[in-house]
Amino acid sequence: MTVAVVRFGGSNCDRDAVAALEHLGIDAELVWHADGLPSDPDGVVLPGGFSYGDYLRAGAIAARTPILDDVREAAADGVPVLGVCNGAQVGAESGLVPGAFTTNRSARFQCEHVHLRVERADTPWTAAYEEGDVIEVPIAHAEGRFVVDEARAERLREEDRVLFRYCEADGTVTDAADPNGSRDNVAGVVGDRDTVAVTMPHPERATLPDVGPTDGQGVLRAFA
Amino acid sequence: MTAYTATVTVSLKRGVLDPEAETTQRALERLGFELESLRSADRYEVDLDAESDAAAADRAEAMAERLLANPTIHDYEVTVEQRPAASESAETAEGHGQ
Repeated sequence: MTVAVVRFGGSNCDRDAVAALEHLGIDAELVWHADGLPSDPDGVVLPGGFSYGDYLRAGAIAARTPILDDVREAAADGVPVLGVCNGAQVGAESGLVPGAFTTNRSARFQCEHVHLRVERADTPWTAAYEEGDVIEVPIAHAEGRFVVDEARAERLREEDRVLFRYCEADGTVTDAADPNGSRDNVAGVVGDRDTVAVTMPHPERATLPDVGPTDGQGVLRAFA
Repeated sequence: MTAYTATVTVSLKRGVLDPEAETTQRALERLGFELESLRSADRYEVDLDAESDAAAADRAEAMAERLLANPTIHDYEVTVEQRPAASESAETAEGHGQ
């Protein structure tokens, strides 16, 4: 019983995710996508990277590999599933969460620290925080702009599915604090169940004390 | 069966921001071109054999639905046309090789 970190060709945050989880005392193992998901995993991480070289669209091809059927099945059984960065793109492309992540407003790859406001504290991913808390975590992506149509955006607000919004250091949600032009500053959302979530920012890169802020630990503690 | 080339054109829905196209437009303007706006699209040419035009178009449309387009941000268009039998061009290529 362990957290499965799914590795695709081109994943590059897979080992970081394992190291971060193990730092928190959570068992984690790398799983090659073609081997399928182990039975009864404690959780699933779709890690960051450039699966399939971002061919077609970031995450599009990985989202249609057979292991995603296993992941969807596990998600439907209530197993916690987290997609980070490229994993978030895979999650959106596979329908685990609504919307799409596409080319940044800047049309550039952006690698920087951002502030996120915790919009809900009643999910496994945010139970370690209080609603309204501001955390600092890194982003590293060229296609992180969250897009949904108006009707869907309205439903996301009604159903309270937004986990994190990009914000200023003091928690104010502004256009200027939105690094990639995401609709409503969305940085992370939950799927049909609160146990399924994706975030473009990298909580696993803000977990080990040796590499900077550790504000991301709370997200990964969902697997504890 | 007839040989077809199906062309699938995938473009962003109207209203979805296209930062790459905007950057391209600015580059064209820097070169002195006058233009109102610019849109980009991806085009896939799929060679396939099918029973009819409609069957070829249906299969290409299914490809767009399942993979080539993302319905959240994209519209797509499919056209099909018959293509000359592949064997003839293969023979020509072989002839050149010798």
